[in-house]
Amino acid sequence: MSTKLIPSSQPQLSDVDKPLYAPIKRRSFFMYAGATAGATALVLAGCSKSDSSPGTVSVGSGDAGVLNYAYALEQLEAGFYTSLRTGTYYTGLQAGSAEKLILDDLYYHEVIHRDFFKTAITAAMATPIKALTPDFSKINFNDRTSVLGTAKAFEDLGVAAYNGAGQYITSPTYLYIAGKIVSVEARHAAIIRDLVSENTFVGNDIITLTSGSNSSVATNNSDANSSLERSMSPSEVIAIANTFLADGSKLDVSGIK
Amino acid sequence: MNFFQIISEIEKVDPEVYDRLDSRRSVFKNMSGLGQKLAAAAVPLAVGAIFNKVYAQTPMGASVNDVLNFALKLEYLESYFYNSRTTVTGLSAQNSAALALIATDEANHVSFLRKVLAGNAIPVPATTGVFDYTAKGAFPTALTSAATYLALAQSFEDTGVRAYKGAAPLVMSNKTVLTAALNIHSVEARHASHIRAMRRAGVASTAPSQGVPVSPYTSAPKSWVSGTDGGGAVPGVTDAIYGAGNNTNAVSGITYESEATTTQGGVNLATNTTISGFPTSAFSEAFDEGLDVGTVAKIANLFSVSGTYFS
Repeated sequence: MSTKLIPSSQPQLSDVDKPLYAPIKRRSFFMYAGATAGATALVLAGCSKSDSSPGTVSVGSGDAGVLNYAYALEQLEAGFYTSLRTGTYYTGLQAGSAEKLILDDLYYHEVIHRDFFKTAITAAMATPIKALTPDFSKINFNDRTSVLGTAKAFEDLGVAAYNGAGQYITSPTYLYIAGKIVSVEARHAAIIRDLVSENTFVGNDIITLTSGSNSSVATNNSDANSSLERSMSPSEVIAIANTFLADGSKLDVSGIK
Repeated sequence: MNFFQIISEIEKVDPEVYDRLDSRRSVFKNMSGLGQKLAAAAVPLAVGAIFNKVYAQTPMGASVNDVLNFALKLEYLESYFYNSRTTVTGLSAQNSAALALIATDEANHVSFLRKVLAGNAIPVPATTGVFDYTAKGAFPTALTSAATYLALAQSFEDTGVRAYKGAAPLVMSNKTVLTAALNIHSVEARHASHIRAMRRAGVASTAPSQGVPVSPYTSAPKSWVSGTDGGGAVPGVTDAIYGAGNNTNAVSGITYESEATTTQGGVNLATNTTISGFPTSAFSEAFDEGLDVGTVAKIANLFSVSGTYFS
């Protein structure tokens, strides 16, 4: 699939020099953010957009790097929920059925998240990464098991990514915004997991229950029986995310530290 | 990490360091024992907590320990509530199983926070006489009727999600504590999502809870917060759980908006993005909002016998 994750009707990389929004809106974002030092850091960090590895997309560093990292993941999720709408699994769902309504809402939410980050990064005088090109060739959009299995993987990955990225954010404003999104992702993850199998909204693969670590990913404070959800580092996350991105759109998160 | 060398270094700069640590030198006498009891990964957290107590006051004037103890009180409210589920009648086996999973998580959160706080943790509240799940008679069937019980469960979970979210910026000076708080926060959100689905499907449902569409919306919540959810599970009592918070002592740049807000980062997403054709409700659903400690305490105190346990 070569479709861009962001429709071409929306501003593309070539448009970054043009103001996306009236200056007053940028200013209002700054008033809200209220962190002059953080804003300066964002401008500087936003300049380091040049790819550090050939053919990869660097998310940059500092708070702007974390925002671009989140933007990349939201592009992936939004692209997935957009693509599934053309598969026969989705088109075959009965109008008004629970599953269709759930997938509609998830599509809305993820597209909103994606566009929010593009807006926020631009408003913070940093440069959003380009529109990524996905590689969804491993997904069978005509098959319920394939679609829901992938949705589960994306939602669980998103929660673990936000949980792991919080510590790299220096601005309370951005940390708070990340918190507003991660709980919605967790709500999504729970409902998708339950669609796959009832009462799997929590489980030892994502939450430390009977064992101190889960899957191959180390969690912070992952003592057994602590019921903490796993965190994943940016490099652990993109090892998975990059398998769903085409060459030239694979992510480099080495700037986040 | 050579802990004593760090203290020594600080002492050169701040000769009063021992006196600033609230339990004085006894803290350090106990450190070796503490280290043995805690998993290796938790030691820096315990040490960090001690330093935070001394040097890092949160913007609202509370220490990181105060914030964690407040979270612990909320976890007790939830944990004791789920432990009381055995008196509820009318739940399907499937729904009872879900509540058992949640009960385990909340009990685990209690013991995790107690371990982190160690000697700074609040006393264990008595299982009777501290919490009043009837909210002084507002919910007489709190622990007997399945419908009331799940309505309260949703209220507690949604409050918990807002509380952890609102408190995250208060503990960000300690990355380990912050990450642990986030790791609990998302678990509460998973619980909230599932409880809402259970309420949608019905207390006695044996069909998969997710299979029931939202209709009519007024009696069947989505798994995410939409607008202010019409005042929540029990309008008139639970409204504050979905309303705006108090920004008096908020961290600079943070406002505790109502769950219905569609404005994020100063931009009204419903009108100022390139998106068109989406239902307005989606813009509020896509973001959960946090709450300040004071507002959460006010909500939780409804379920306190004394009316002040969370104050």
